[in-house]
Amino acid sequence: MNARFDDTPLDPGRRRFLRGSAAGSTGLIIAFSVPLVGRRALAAAAPDAALPPPNAFLHIAPDDRVTVVLAHSEMGQGIWTSLPMLLAEELECDWSMVRAEHAPAAPVYASPMFHIQMTGGSTTTMSEFDRYREVGALARTQLVAAAARRFGVAPGACRVERGVVIAGEQRARFGELSSAAAQLPLPSAAVALKPRQDWTLIGKPTPRLDTAAKITGRAAFGLDARPAGVRVALVARAPVFGAKLRHFDAGAARKMPGVDAVVEVPTGVAVIGAHFWAAKTGRDALKLDWDLGPGAHFDSAAELAQYRKLARTPGSPAAMRGEAARALAAARSPIAAEYSVPYLAHATMEPLNCTVELGADHCRVTTGTQFQTGDQASAARILGFNLGQVQIVTAFLGGGFGRRANPVSDFVSEAVQVAKAARAAGHTAPVKVVWTREDDMHGGWYRPQFVHRMQAVLGSDGLPTAFTDRIVGQSIMAGTPFGAGMIKNGIDPVSVEGVVGSPYLEATPAYAVELHSPAAPVPVLWWRSVGNTHTAFAMESFIDELAHAAGRDPLEYRRALLGKAGAKRHLAVLERAAELFGWTKPLPPGHARGVAVHASFGSYVAQVAEVSLVDGKPRVHRVTCAVDCGIAVNPETIRAQMEGAIVFGLSAALYGAITIKDGRVQQDNFDTYPPLRMDAMPRIEVAIIDSGEKPGGIGEPGTPPIAPAVANALFVLTGKRLRDLPFQLA
Amino acid sequence: MRLIVNGQTHEVEAPADMPLLWVLRDIIGLTGTKFGCGKALCGACTVHLEGEAIRSCITPASAVAGKRITTIEGLTAAGDHPVQRAWTELDVVQCGYCQSGQIMSAAALLRRTPRPSDADIDSAMSGNVCRCGTYQRIRAAIHRAAELGEVKS
Repeated sequence: MNARFDDTPLDPGRRRFLRGSAAGSTGLIIAFSVPLVGRRALAAAAPDAALPPPNAFLHIAPDDRVTVVLAHSEMGQGIWTSLPMLLAEELECDWSMVRAEHAPAAPVYASPMFHIQMTGGSTTTMSEFDRYREVGALARTQLVAAAARRFGVAPGACRVERGVVIAGEQRARFGELSSAAAQLPLPSAAVALKPRQDWTLIGKPTPRLDTAAKITGRAAFGLDARPAGVRVALVARAPVFGAKLRHFDAGAARKMPGVDAVVEVPTGVAVIGAHFWAAKTGRDALKLDWDLGPGAHFDSAAELAQYRKLARTPGSPAAMRGEAARALAAARSPIAAEYSVPYLAHATMEPLNCTVELGADHCRVTTGTQFQTGDQASAARILGFNLGQVQIVTAFLGGGFGRRANPVSDFVSEAVQVAKAARAAGHTAPVKVVWTREDDMHGGWYRPQFVHRMQAVLGSDGLPTAFTDRIVGQSIMAGTPFGAGMIKNGIDPVSVEGVVGSPYLEATPAYAVELHSPAAPVPVLWWRSVGNTHTAFAMESFIDELAHAAGRDPLEYRRALLGKAGAKRHLAVLERAAELFGWTKPLPPGHARGVAVHASFGSYVAQVAEVSLVDGKPRVHRVTCAVDCGIAVNPETIRAQMEGAIVFGLSAALYGAITIKDGRVQQDNFDTYPPLRMDAMPRIEVAIIDSGEKPGGIGEPGTPPIAPAVANALFVLTGKRLRDLPFQLA
Repeated sequence: MRLIVNGQTHEVEAPADMPLLWVLRDIIGLTGTKFGCGKALCGACTVHLEGEAIRSCITPASAVAGKRITTIEGLTAAGDHPVQRAWTELDVVQCGYCQSGQIMSAAALLRRTPRPSDADIDSAMSGNVCRCGTYQRIRAAIHRAAELGEVKS
């Protein structure tokens, strides 16, 4: 599966998985049940779900090949390698024999943290750290037991070396033992895991297992799915959010060469053709009449103005201590600053797509998804199937960044609707719905627009005695299956995460954080690092402003505050990033530095950025980054994720904005929504701090600090505070 | 029309304005070349035309009929082009979606400029977007590929 999709026909009686490498009749399968208790929302939605094939995480073939089945999706973050590392650490197999594949959708693969099968929140390593090691340890125990029987010795007399069980002169390879091991009963008690000092793989920089497929064009992304006879569909969608189709004329579209069918679906009109070009030229020829509705009046600039007004009025309390408002009212000149961030598209390199093979009583969905449980449930609901009739094949994701974990499974649901409508019209061929870049960029599910209005009073030592923040922006969780459990007293925790819980608040005697969560017609979604994308920008910019007001060095000021809060891990990364940069070393003329530190997803990251102006525009030359993510499972991946997260955050800070006028999204493609490119790439140096703490996340925590680090450098450079993203130097 | 892709000749029936990208992917079945933008803004669709990098998403297939086209699948049989070896050595890829295009652009650059400077790399590679942000490793890997020796197209 990692290199090429198999081309077996859709066959409800015999699932591909059973014939694939992970089950079958030979070899050791480790079944591993997660407790059903606590499974929530979507996972519980269909109790009649047929159980999937063996709940398996590992298969050892007779030829010693070890296949690790991944309960999470590989979207670049490196879990294709790090999850197998966890398992292999305990299994003690030959690492060169290890390969990985994505799991099908099944309850056994529910995340131990979320209780649904999903990849997000930078949780893969932290949630699977025990489970994958336990699977490896269980398997090793079984293999040793099988070897001991064969050798006629006690299991304690055996040792394992690189996939070979050895007792005295006797040796047996895992592949020779796996069938016998599979017959043995599982140990009744938990198997002891190795102590940390015995680890040989965890902590070792390990090359990615997906490189060979990805440098030869063999890696199978969702868009590469080509089941026999597949047709391509493009959907003409509403030009403004919430618009309804009145009627359409497909006469011309149907006449375009290669067009097979035109069908109406809830999201618009799908044109199905022999290939992308047929579907596209067919779609271009559609005549559509939309009832635009109130969405046609939406204007993101007007919304921003409205948010700024709201930020002047009290919101729902999210966190407070003492009498911050009173202290501000009494102060002669409180420091106040307002920050704003725009809507942002994820703009994954691989535009959204989903392939559906629909039979009379079975459906196979092939796509790059972060949300198997939800997608399977959505498909089943649309088709009137039970979960067992819907197979989800997870392809490699050409980027996710949160967009491919959609609470209403937008791109999967739509593709299933297209297949359903096509089938009803007599077209039974598999159908691949492809989004153009413009479709993808216009499609909503953006990082929401946010405003922060921060105020503070400084004490005689320059440190804040009172702090307030009024946060205004759409709730991401409201209306999702997660909302009910997460939103308490009107506070969506992801709207305030990063301000609430900040050590700077801990160091401030009185504080109040308030939230407004206005509704808007624009669908919004988590975007790499979620609430921290704006809270870190506001907080780390404001702290810098306070340092300046207090006449103190921004690094030293943070040190004082973090020290006061006892925030040791923040302090450690801050010191390391500053040291790596050479905080006090002179910079070339016209260059300046800025710093920021932020914790998110259980990890701590500090960055120092060196910035200049080139042709009046910010140019970032160098970034030093220190990260403490607890136990560093694969340091190579961690470095890569820091590099990538910095680029992602920098793209947004320098250029990123989705704006909407008269209901229409004004950006279309990479010309109007520019990403960072090679010629603007800073040199990035990453230091990993080994705190020995439990693993934190790594996909997201590198993004939040870069925007404020650059903003703070630009202040030094220009004397201007840039409080609105993306940066605009007039 | 007759297309010569990776040394193989394909007789293809397609509309004259159909971009090479979609002929490669949807008709011939070579899916290593990727769709990213459709407007030559991201480089994911980069292939070689007579050894030079072109954006297949805006190149009508009919315009390149009879000419020698190389895709990522045909760059090398064994995936051991110096660029691919360097990519492996430096663990460049993340999601991997843009990497076919990055590698094809890099291979074309090295064929023209066997020892590229950073400025050469900026100018040859800035048309290739990577949303995962692997640029630093791509730059290092291009320098490494140059060291690894003779680069053929």
